[in-house]
Amino acid sequence: MSRQMGDSHRRFLQTMMASGIIDESGAKALHQHCCETHSTQYAPDRLDDFIDTINSKLQPMFMQIRKGMSEDNGHQHYALVNMVENDVTRMSSDYADNELELFKKTMDLIVGSEDGKASSTDILNSTDSMTTKKLKKSEIEHLLNRLVQDKWLSEKRGEYTLSTRCIIEMEPYIRAMYQDQVKVCHICHAIAFQCQICENPTCGIKIHNPCVARYFKGRTEPRCPACEDFWPHEIPEVRRPRSQSRR
Amino acid sequence: MSNRKRLSNTQSSSQARKHPGSPSTQEEDEDVTFTQPSTSQVQRGLQKVTEAQVEQKTAEVVQYFLVKEQRKVPVRRADLVKHVLKEHRNIYPEILKRAARTLDQVFGLKLVEIDPKNHLYVLINNLETSEGASPINSTDPKRGLLFVILSVIFMKGGVVRENVIWNLLKKLRVDPGEKHEDFGDVKKVVTDEFVRQRYLEFVRIPHTEPVEHELRWGQRAEKEVSKSKILDVMGQLHDRDPQSWSQQYREAHSSQNSTQQPGSSSQR
Repeated sequence: MSRQMGDSHRRFLQTMMASGIIDESGAKALHQHCCETHSTQYAPDRLDDFIDTINSKLQPMFMQIRKGMSEDNGHQHYALVNMVENDVTRMSSDYADNELELFKKTMDLIVGSEDGKASSTDILNSTDSMTTKKLKKSEIEHLLNRLVQDKWLSEKRGEYTLSTRCIIEMEPYIRAMYQDQVKVCHICHAIAFQCQICENPTCGIKIHNPCVARYFKGRTEPRCPACEDFWPHEIPEVRRPRSQSRR
Repeated sequence: MSNRKRLSNTQSSSQARKHPGSPSTQEEDEDVTFTQPSTSQVQRGLQKVTEAQVEQKTAEVVQYFLVKEQRKVPVRRADLVKHVLKEHRNIYPEILKRAARTLDQVFGLKLVEIDPKNHLYVLINNLETSEGASPINSTDPKRGLLFVILSVIFMKGGVVRENVIWNLLKKLRVDPGEKHEDFGDVKKVVTDEFVRQRYLEFVRIPHTEPVEHELRWGQRAEKEVSKSKILDVMGQLHDRDPQSWSQQYREAHSSQNSTQQPGSSSQR
């Protein structure tokens, strides 16, 4: 059941388009701001309905506002994504073929890694086997910066991870592309890169770092939810969302 | 890698030869001289495609516009036809009509042809004219910078020599000679970025030595920025009635200068 789309929805959508991704508290503040700006009835618990209305109109465009969790802080985010691809088509208008190839190689490294990260050195080395026009070192650095700016990758201390927006948008592609190779979180069932793994060789389930924090919160003796072996990894702290200032 | 684009390319080259309106051309890029198909051609074309195909193409056109608009780069009709419509160029008017409707109803963006001769399109924000959206309240500092420049040009009759702007900016502690915290290379933002986005025109004044330029409003500014709003802001700043600038007031309220009226997008 979708209501008519009004200016408050359009403003929300325009803001989403400009930023690409927004965290939950930002979305709530934006929802309020949009309704107030256009004198629309506002109720704080109606955000999902509000977004459903927008999504019903976005569907013929093969676009959606989708929700996903940041592997970094565990907070929910909303991202405006393209639904049409089984490929990285969304990026192909902004990046050259060889740039896309490098991005895919980076993704290969990240998916194959234990910690969901790829170092800049590894990325540089992976270009040795490029099939498209090879990129120079300076070009690679420049490209990686662009990918971070455009919110496809995140970077910390010289290591690259897939950004939250990238994961939300490309989940179908990643699942199809990597199939069994990609890790899946035992708790929330989304694909997982930065995660902890059960050390029991017959178990080996994976849990996102923030999902670990939530699941094991307050437990003195953490045990694997699947095999009940002792969970040996350090349990991170649950990160509370900051309150956002209004846009 | 997706082969969707490449597949269509082989189709379009054979279609192009059959297309009645496509001229044999001396130009290297035949799409530059794309001629709009006639209504009957469109009708015939529509009979040969499925509704799903038309919807698909409409979605692609909408996406194309949105992507370009993110960078504030105008869309050339020729590019749209070449890169998106391809083999469906013969139903271009229908697709464009649907795309414009979607952009308006879903996104609150109006498709405007800012250059009828070269067929350049931009998206104008229908929502901007609401109360809280004064450029001064916008959080993007570049919008503020642009607004200042457009205001000066407007108040000074529509064209100013570049030095007027540089001196003004210097007074506002935005020195074009130095790297600025928010804007970086200010001169580049003004003479390159704003010009590319069609907010300003930066034109050489002939016979000047050293070379001097003048600045005018660009085509996008003409469509997007409200001159009456500028006068209102000026009025507040100088504590004067906007009507006291009679020349500018007349210009701002002449029929050619009515920009978007406040209010919601179409509710058809």
